Amino acid sequence: MNDPITIIVDDEQVIGRDGQTIAGVLLGAGCVAWRGAQHGERGVFCGIGICHDCLVTVNGVEGVRACQRQAVDGDLVEREVR
Amino acid sequence: MRIAVIGAGIIGAACALELAERGAEVVVVDRVGVAAETSSRCEGNLLVSDKQPGPEADLAIHSNARWRALAARLDEGRADGQPATEFEAKGGVVVAFRGGEEPLRRFAATQREIGIRAEVLDADQLLAAEPHLSPEVALAIHYPDDAQLQPSNTTQALLATAVRRGARLVVADVTGARTARGRVAVLETTAGPIDVDAVVNCAGPWAGQVAERLGAPLAIRPRRGVILVTTPMPQRVFHKVYDADYVGAVGSGDAALQTSTVVESTPGGTVLIGSSRERVGFDDHPGVGPTTAIAAKAIRLFPFLAGITLLRTYFGFRPYAPDHLPVIGEDPRLAGLYHATGHEGAGIGLAPATAELIAHAVLGAPTELDPTPFLPGRKGLGAVA
Amino acid sequence: MTHVAILGGGPAGLAAAEAALAAGAEVTLFDEGGLLGGQFWRHQPGITDPRMQHGFARFERLRDALGRARVHSGAAVWSAERRADGAPGAVLRAFVGGADAPDRRAVDIEADALVVATGAHDLALPVPGWTLPGVITAGAAQALAKRDGVSVGRRTLVAGAGPFLLPVAQSLALVGSTVVGVHEASRTGSLARGWLPRPWQLAGKAGELAEYIGALARHRIPYRMGSGVVRVLGDERVEGAVVASLDAEWRPIAGTEREIDCDAVALGHGFTPRLEAAIMLGCAVAGGRRGRFVVVDDRQLTTRAGVYAAGELTGIGGADAALAEGSIAGFSAAGVPLHDPRLREPVATRARMRGFARRLETAHGIRPGWTAWLDDDTIVCRCEAVTKRAIAERADVPLRALRLATRAGLGPCQARTCGRAIEAIVADAGGPVDGGFERRPLLAPVRLGEIAAREG
Repeated sequence: MNDPITIIVDDEQVIGRDGQTIAGVLLGAGCVAWRGAQHGERGVFCGIGICHDCLVTVNGVEGVRACQRQAVDGDLVEREVR
Repeated sequence: MRIAVIGAGIIGAACALELAERGAEVVVVDRVGVAAETSSRCEGNLLVSDKQPGPEADLAIHSNARWRALAARLDEGRADGQPATEFEAKGGVVVAFRGGEEPLRRFAATQREIGIRAEVLDADQLLAAEPHLSPEVALAIHYPDDAQLQPSNTTQALLATAVRRGARLVVADVTGARTARGRVAVLETTAGPIDVDAVVNCAGPWAGQVAERLGAPLAIRPRRGVILVTTPMPQRVFHKVYDADYVGAVGSGDAALQTSTVVESTPGGTVLIGSSRERVGFDDHPGVGPTTAIAAKAIRLFPFLAGITLLRTYFGFRPYAPDHLPVIGEDPRLAGLYHATGHEGAGIGLAPATAELIAHAVLGAPTELDPTPFLPGRKGLGAVA
Repeated sequence: MTHVAILGGGPAGLAAAEAALAAGAEVTLFDEGGLLGGQFWRHQPGITDPRMQHGFARFERLRDALGRARVHSGAAVWSAERRADGAPGAVLRAFVGGADAPDRRAVDIEADALVVATGAHDLALPVPGWTLPGVITAGAAQALAKRDGVSVGRRTLVAGAGPFLLPVAQSLALVGSTVVGVHEASRTGSLARGWLPRPWQLAGKAGELAEYIGALARHRIPYRMGSGVVRVLGDERVEGAVVASLDAEWRPIAGTEREIDCDAVALGHGFTPRLEAAIMLGCAVAGGRRGRFVVVDDRQLTTRAGVYAAGELTGIGGADAALAEGSIAGFSAAGVPLHDPRLREPVATRARMRGFARRLETAHGIRPGWTAWLDDDTIVCRCEAVTKRAIAERADVPLRALRLATRAGLGPCQARTCGRAIEAIVADAGGPVDGGFERRPLLAPVRLGEIAAREG
């Protein structure tokens, strides 16, 4: 079992495992939606970087695919709304 | 009167509507369908800011006024599925970096003499107008009359309205023409012959090829342009914002890659960044050269763009004539054949005035415009003279 | 020395690298993943349950054989162009670093030969309610299970078509989600026509499939044929789904609807090859509504000199076909002739697996009746929230005009998710279908600052 890591998602601590993607950490914590879209919330859809539904801002960088970006202990993750 | 309009781009659609509303029996012939090429591959600029005093500026000023009423009319009369024009009188801001202030100041002064509104913005006004613009900008001029619309949607709306006024769309390639008593009488197409009293060649960059098939070659050639589209974002660009070097590129005949920066937001939340001009025939593999060059210059205007994701690029071919003026009017070699092409990057903006000149030429409709500078028989069009 | 570039680090790309290296070529491989393996061998040390992997020893051998190849993982290859003056091969431009990271470095290469092995991604057809959080593609369920050890829901309904649904159900069960059912749209009849006439051709596949069937039984997962999800229920996330029997053309049969209690739905109706790199290079693509693929000859050579293609983008055939094609492409790209003894085995495997691919399509290929489960206001383009009605209303104009008028397929995914569905709706309405969605000017997302820096 890999070591736990903690990321900050909109000021809340979310604990995941080292090696997981940001999407993996969020889903593991029971969060299924984190982006505001035109009709309701979105989370993961394709899981392989194609659909761009899961975009988040990571450490100030916009438009990061949560399903592709490996989570790093201490990452600051912010919701995106579009 | 039976009129065949060749080409269902913005010029063909505008001419079809104008002619149909004046009672003509109009058939639009296009090899693909409505807005399939140049009119779906451009920015939708309705500009006066880039025009130096002369015949094209007169056309642009007249057309700009007509667009306001026409766009409103198209949007009011929308039927099921007909898209909105997205017309927006957002105004343009032309900026110069240090060293470029004087040419821009002088250019704006000559424009004011022909009635173009061009207002210098002071630092506070500029910050309020475009808060994300580079602090390196040394001079900014506001052109309140510049406007934007969605060119593909507007073309579709024009043609749909023309069809409701009795025009017909035939998807077919034009193969030739037959004459009777010295006039065009039949347009030959891959969907069969069409009996006509007049033919209007609105085939844009392909107008030269079409004219040749009709037996009256015309010196219209394509110029490739690439445009960048960013990922959608909250609005950070509020006008059409150009680098003043835009003015220099339009009239140049140089074949090499040139870029001049135009940045603006769209209602969809994306930012459009134009554009390049290259004379490479109909080559459809632009490579990355234009894209990287445009990106670098756009970031100079709006530094925040460096961190923005590029969503896609697109390119199209613009029709240009050797003397860089539109070609509008009757062909002196073949009675009944009219041309409306050669608008280069200004076809969207000049469409209503072009349609007015065509209605004048074909049906004798009144116009305040002087058609002379644009006639196909003019000296500047080597192949015709 | 011949320089062979390889685009993709899944089975086809890795086999191509192995072959090209064996033939003495200089090899540069680009892969978008953080770790090699592609979708098939997606893994993360310490997280992936080994029971989800198939033929992983083969992967480890291929990976370890890369030796002197230059390997760029985490590579966003954004452009693939022809070389100047008609020389064979290609120019590739990439940014390499973490996914979407702000500090990636540019890597541009020019190679004498290129093997395009970009694979495929899931094709999930739209269903009313499919934009609700908790609806994912079958591939997402698989990737999240393998890569992250998680599932989206506690009770997952798996639906779509094709044998891929089986390993997905197994992986979901292994990460602790109850799989409330696997609904295969194809009916027993078409499965029998596709699978049964030549079962001996399944060869290695048969064992793998038997294993999945065993897993379904062990986890007590119901498997239904001729059935599909026709609506996803819920307000802010998935709260259930409606399944219905489908006829042979995948039209829902009235009166057969029933509600299933679930909090996640995994949809997979097949695969779409990732053609854009091959198309950007000018390689010919052929096919129709049932799928378009890169045209290759016996050596896996495309219609462009020095550009080869292998794996799912030449036809959906699975990992064994991809390995065989990759091997042939890698040897060919390095100049080894087809009659070389080293090519005998992959050529034989390819022939067998092509038959498998044909039967897969016969049995599970998308049938045109599916659009009947859409409502007029079902969102088809997820990025721009464009409904079926809006698309059907503009179906008579050229595709480019339709996209600009409706915004369908103009969003961040660039129609990768909805392109096939839009084409089907346009075709239903009698409009033109021209494959126009597949030409994409950028192969991967890039930031303006990254490409501007190239101007110096």
